[in-house]
Amino acid sequence: MKLQKNTHLALCSVLEFAARPGTQLSAAEIAEKYRMSPHHLAKVLRTLGRAGLVRAARGAGGGYRFAGNTRRVTLMDVIELFEDISAPKSGVRRSGRRTKSEAGATAWEVEDAIGVVLLEIDEIAKATFRSITLETLLKLVARRRG
Amino acid sequence: MISLKKSAAARRTPGATRIRGVQPGDLEQVVEIDAGITGLRKAAYWGEILRRYGGARQQRFFLVADRGGRIEGYVVGDVRDWEFGSPPCGWVFGVGVRPDARLSGIATQLLDAICDGFRRLGVSTVRTLLARDNPLVLSFFRSQGMMAAPFIPLEKNLD
Ligand SMILES: CC(C)(COP(=O)(O)OP(=O)(O)OC[C@H]1O[C@@H](n2cnc3c(N)ncnc32)[C@H](O)[C@@H]1OP(=O)(O)O)[C@@H](O)C(=O)NCCC(=O)NCCS
Repeated sequence: MKLQKNTHLALCSVLEFAARPGTQLSAAEIAEKYRMSPHHLAKVLRTLGRAGLVRAARGAGGGYRFAGNTRRVTLMDVIELFEDISAPKSGVRRSGRRTKSEAGATAWEVEDAIGVVLLEIDEIAKATFRSITLETLLKLVARRRG
Repeated sequence: MISLKKSAAARRTPGATRIRGVQPGDLEQVVEIDAGITGLRKAAYWGEILRRYGGARQQRFFLVADRGGRIEGYVVGDVRDWEFGSPPCGWVFGVGVRPDARLSGIATQLLDAICDGFRRLGVSTVRTLLARDNPLVLSFFRSQGMMAAPFIPLEKNLD
């Protein structure tokens, strides 16, 4: 499971908000910190807003504040807003015929076996994202800061 | 999103829980908690776990959370030496808390207590093995700072 740029940006911004739940942060602040395009970030924040994870603050200056529960929102809750995680993505093109052949494995059979391995990796990644809450990740950040 | 509301019972009686070694009289309640989680009553299995892990055993721990005589949860584990070539480390292979007592820190207290026991035996790592499709237990252990271990569990059908 390879995360797209927007997903990565969404995770970073949600964690910025979650680290300071009562505080209003501007999109410009986050964009600058992560050296991201403010235009991209604005789109990401709108998606996070529609999902109820951040709320746009009224009044001058704009900005957003966190609106979720850091102890219950998992990384997967954020990721699935930006990635299609439903379809089993093996990343392998399945071509050729499924019929058994005497002359060894068909292209389909080889690609199918590779797909099984890639799926295995995908399932582990998904379980990991599902089990890590924002609070747990913030604790990890704090531990790694020492 | 993982959702489980803090139960009323858990909110009413905070902090009165005592973590102690299991006693034979606790076993019925442990069997009941486990059956509530797994859907299977495994009285014989737990009898065997009590025999092997109960009492003051050097490397084995079977602890319960006692709130006013009611067993709210349990944890079982041991120190294993050189398993899979790894230096001695603590293993937790069972943890369970009554649904109406969850989210009040009981599993955290149980894990802290068993980890203290592991530390006293000189080990500095604790491990566990969890079902991939059980986000509840996975998020509990993750919240305690546990990360992926440098092992990959494998299996195959023996047919
Ligand atoms: C997992 C379990 C042991 C946790 O017990 P507990 O006493 O509720 O855990 P705690 O109150 O100590 O929780 C500690 C942390 O774990 C995490 N956690 C626990 N339950 C959670 C939930 N429902 N959602 C998200 N995180 C959760 C949280 O980070 C929590 O901290 P917080 O309350 O500050 O958010 C309990 O839910 C249980 O027995 N579940 C069934 C166990 C099972 O399936 N066993 C079979 C395989 S061994």
